[in-house]
Amino acid sequence: MLSRRIFSAIATLLLLTAGATPALTQDQSIVVASTTSTQDSGLFGHILPMFKQKTGIDVKVVAQGTGQALDTGRRGDADVVFVHAKAQEEKFIEEGFGVKRFDVMYNDFVLIGPKSDPAGVSGTKDIAAALAMIEAKDAPFISRGDKSGTHSAELRLWKVAGIDIEAAKGPWYKEIGQGMGAALNTAAAMDAYVLSDRGTWLSFQNRGELDVAVEGDKRLFNQYGVMLVNPQKHPSVKAEAGQRFIDWLVSPEGQKSIGEFKIDGQQLFFPNAEQQRS
Amino acid sequence: MSEELSAWQLIASGDATLFAIVRLSLAVTLSAVAIAAVIGLPLGALLALARFPGRSAVVVVLNGFMGLPPVIVGLSVYLLLSRSGPLGEFGLLFTPAAMVIAQAVLVLPIIAALTRQTIEDLWHEYREELTAMDVGPLGQVATLLWDSRFSLFTALLAGFGRAAAEVGTVMIVGGNINGFTRTMTTTVALETSKGNLPLAVGLGLILIFLIILINAAAWGVRLWSEQRAG
Repeated sequence: MLSRRIFSAIATLLLLTAGATPALTQDQSIVVASTTSTQDSGLFGHILPMFKQKTGIDVKVVAQGTGQALDTGRRGDADVVFVHAKAQEEKFIEEGFGVKRFDVMYNDFVLIGPKSDPAGVSGTKDIAAALAMIEAKDAPFISRGDKSGTHSAELRLWKVAGIDIEAAKGPWYKEIGQGMGAALNTAAAMDAYVLSDRGTWLSFQNRGELDVAVEGDKRLFNQYGVMLVNPQKHPSVKAEAGQRFIDWLVSPEGQKSIGEFKIDGQQLFFPNAEQQRS
Repeated sequence: MSEELSAWQLIASGDATLFAIVRLSLAVTLSAVAIAAVIGLPLGALLALARFPGRSAVVVVLNGFMGLPPVIVGLSVYLLLSRSGPLGEFGLLFTPAAMVIAQAVLVLPIIAALTRQTIEDLWHEYREELTAMDVGPLGQVATLLWDSRFSLFTALLAGFGRAAAEVGTVMIVGGNINGFTRTMTTTVALETSKGNLPLAVGLGLILIFLIILINAAAWGVRLWSEQRAG
């Protein structure tokens, strides 16, 4: 009696799992390791359905920090890497893990801070001066501290401001080691300054007393690049489907759909792929 | 899922994405518990009866593994299933199957350790009888498992609770891919990182409600079968 019940329970389980994993079969799908900023802003939700409709290829996005996304590619666990830290990307190509790097688009970073503005940086367009003031006043600052593209950009900007952050960091400088959203949540809770990409900031719901403090400095531009993981290093890479995705991203059609993505009427990403010389 | 919607509106409107997420969460967790039970119940029972040098150490380690940190289990399974890892050729990373494996690893020590304790307690009661009846070791294990089935049910529920509630392993090995490996807990983590706290809390409440519902159903089954067993 009971064995029959157990049997039917197991059969039900198998059915449930089978039903939940139809995509396990080798269909047309690729894994793209990308960043939290592209996913959390909703960009992929906007462009992927168009790509799928055109090619029938399912794009599975694993959203990680840039450092982790590159590592996922390095291990062969993704077919395409779509991130924003040019120096790290070029190293990835040099080491032979990626085939070729394409510029896709840029967005910009914004310095977010509490409306009370304890460092008095609001309104300036000079990001280096603003960071220097924050450091001088020991105003609370949240750093991603996770080797992400945004973290790399933050470290680069401290250098531009002439500050050796390793030496200057104190209790005012908190490295949380988490994603962009978590950093914004922390900044909102502590009334701290934080560097964010504009997309995540615009779609972020839990702003508290935070607002944009500094924006518009050219040095805040943030370039995104896309690369196919080298199939010679990892034969499992779906090179053809992956390259089709890359080709589409940099094609006039893909570029147009990126430019059309808006939140609250604001364009988040500015396509700037070089048109391919065929 | 649109940010403007609250979790309750999602339920009321029968949101297809939400139901797919709930279904995947339950399928992954129940499969993991089933696999862990098939291995853990006999393993725990054997450990209860077997006497060998170093047995105490094994029992202590097994009990300790009930507290395995999910992020460590996730990372180990990740390295194992990665294309660069020993099982890479199967291409299981970032699939629901990877999540089932990771959760089964997490739950197995809980089921095995609780089974060992339950069976060992019962063994003291049954020892003379079973020895006198000259039952072989496998027969003993089967008898003890069968007679403690109602207590072992709780061990399975403990495993289920652990698997249903955790986010660390499934996030790492599943990748939280929209429509493919996104579960209840990883959705809550994602919505939190988007600063969408009300939706995150709402989804969390749905998850708690589901866990209680499943425990209630399990309780009902137990009562029913206890009555039948007399």
